[in-house]
Amino acid sequence: MSSNIPWWSSEIFWKKTAIWVTGVMFVVLIALTLNTLPQISVGSERVPAYSVINKHIGYEFNDERNFQVPVIGGDAPLFGKVLSEEEAEALVTHGKKVTQGRNCMGCHTLLGNGSYFAPDLTKAWLDPGWSSEGEREQMMIDFLMHPQENARSFGSGRTMPDLHISEDEAKAVIAFLKWMSSIDTNGFPYNFTVIDKEG
Amino acid sequence: MSIANLNGGQQLAVKYFIVAVVLFVAQILFGMLSGIQYLAPDFLQGVLSFNVTRTVHINAMIVWMLYGFIGSVYWLLEEESEIEVVGLKLGNLGFWVLTSAVAVVVLVFLFVQTGPGDDFTRWFVNEGREYIEAPRWADIGIVICMLIFFYNVAATFSKGKWSGIAGVLTLDLVALAGIYLAGMFYTTNISVDQYWWWWVIHLWVEATWEVLVACLMAWGLMKTLGVSRKIVTTWLYIEVALMFGSGILGIGHHYFWIGTPEYWFSIGGLFSALEPIPLVAMVVHAVYDSGVRHTKGNNNPALAWFITHAFGNFFGAGVWGFMHTLPQINLYTHGTQWSASHGHLAFFGAYATIIIAMFYIAAQYVRGQSSFGPALLGNGWKWKWALGLLNFGVVGMTVALLISGYEQSFIERAVGGSTWMGYFAAQIHPWFVQGMQWRMIFGLITSAGIVLLVWDLLTIGKHPAVEKSGQAQTAS
Repeated sequence: MSSNIPWWSSEIFWKKTAIWVTGVMFVVLIALTLNTLPQISVGSERVPAYSVINKHIGYEFNDERNFQVPVIGGDAPLFGKVLSEEEAEALVTHGKKVTQGRNCMGCHTLLGNGSYFAPDLTKAWLDPGWSSEGEREQMMIDFLMHPQENARSFGSGRTMPDLHISEDEAKAVIAFLKWMSSIDTNGFPYNFTVIDKEG
Repeated sequence: MSIANLNGGQQLAVKYFIVAVVLFVAQILFGMLSGIQYLAPDFLQGVLSFNVTRTVHINAMIVWMLYGFIGSVYWLLEEESEIEVVGLKLGNLGFWVLTSAVAVVVLVFLFVQTGPGDDFTRWFVNEGREYIEAPRWADIGIVICMLIFFYNVAATFSKGKWSGIAGVLTLDLVALAGIYLAGMFYTTNISVDQYWWWWVIHLWVEATWEVLVACLMAWGLMKTLGVSRKIVTTWLYIEVALMFGSGILGIGHHYFWIGTPEYWFSIGGLFSALEPIPLVAMVVHAVYDSGVRHTKGNNNPALAWFITHAFGNFFGAGVWGFMHTLPQINLYTHGTQWSASHGHLAFFGAYATIIIAMFYIAAQYVRGQSSFGPALLGNGWKWKWALGLLNFGVVGMTVALLISGYEQSFIERAVGGSTWMGYFAAQIHPWFVQGMQWRMIFGLITSAGIVLLVWDLLTIGKHPAVEKSGQAQTAS
């Protein structure tokens, strides 16, 4: 009876197919990974160096790519202090570790990944909710350190719990958010209104 | 209840299943708390804030499913290899080490919750990366326990008998354990961080887990319906080819917006659009084999959950995933309640269902019954109602979350430009709030389903109806 089974429905044919398909796909994924990783390394075109926090960061529509892209402008040092590459990396690293230690992803999304209970943080640095570029840094520090007193829940009643973030930690988180806003995310989020660009 | 008549692997499996059920209940309990917090934001704020309840909700789910898979493999190991489990004592030790580690992690999540931004926090409190929040020490413990588990499986099959299911299972476990390592390092570069993080999350739930449940499905159809090994093995290879063929590069649908190059639009869009195909194959396979046997098996609840798995996997993972997988729509749906809607139906449909089927197979042996059929007390009303309530509840939550997701993607994303004000404009909109209210109602129905399921698993087959038990014996 087994001789009546056509080749395309035989066990051995599909066994070989499964092995080959899996192997080929995995090799292709490795090749793509090797191609992608250099393009997203820190200091690349898509993921700027940490010292980008010394610069002004915008998010403007690019006609060629047909979506908004980060635009690195002139000097605009965070908290008024120009940092070296090493200092900037140390500050952003501290900031990211604070976001992990406080489990920010338990409520927020970063680059769109995480939880959906609180706003996405991808471009939080550029959000018009921080009133103006001049007031932004202090407002962000106040909010992170005392989220209950400075709640920004827009009528939802949802507030951020007090996570006992110190001033140094708040500044580090803001550095991380400023650096993250400079990453080229292929136009995500779409149609974003940038601070001081309203109307 | 007696486990004395079970083989060694099955006795260990029962331990895994018991912890799995406890964590399943915890998952639903903490899901309900998170759901309430959407409607009443002050509820437990500061005590068990949303980031805590939600973290426990999703981690309990991942861990109970892993326990369900490990238990299922131990359950079939001796039958499939035709010898006793090699290194069973070590396997038992692994169970207690893993369970102790899980208990400590849960207690730390609940009572310590967060820590300062240093390495100590990531090593001992919370890693703060969705789904793999477990601190690094626990990661290492998990890897060691997985290696013990892998040793049991590979050594047993090597010493005993290999089969198609054995081969696929063993290779799949290599991939499953190896991929976990991709999530075990720190980098400040969030694009690189999320690149590898998706290797763990995607290549688990959309590739290696799918193949693992395909193995369970193949074994289960042989077990409950008596389908021939040749047929299930051929189908298994077809499913592996289609799943890895689409799922490995399907990872590209997570690489649209994290800083990665634009070519992932095409790769991710194409291959993830193909991901439902193996799930269709599984439905065809399961329904066809059940049909030709007139759905007459020796374990009706298990068979019903296997069939539910085939459809749940197709709709939850396949259809709900496909709906928002193309970058043209994902730009607006990424990180909204769409993802929550898809997540609920996919994890339930693809994984919870088939593990519950394995619970019922185990229950049949534990109770020493030759059949779970019409002879069950009250015609098995408890398992039928549990099946109905759980499915109705989860499908209802899925639809409710989808409606909130539609509203959110339009009002926050398309119109509001994804600012904080746009986000909250969507969150306070009546359509969103109504979706969340319906989610709670269906969450209650799901909770009723789990209560009934646990009750049924504790009692099923204990007291078979006397007048029908004779029929059941002869029928089998």
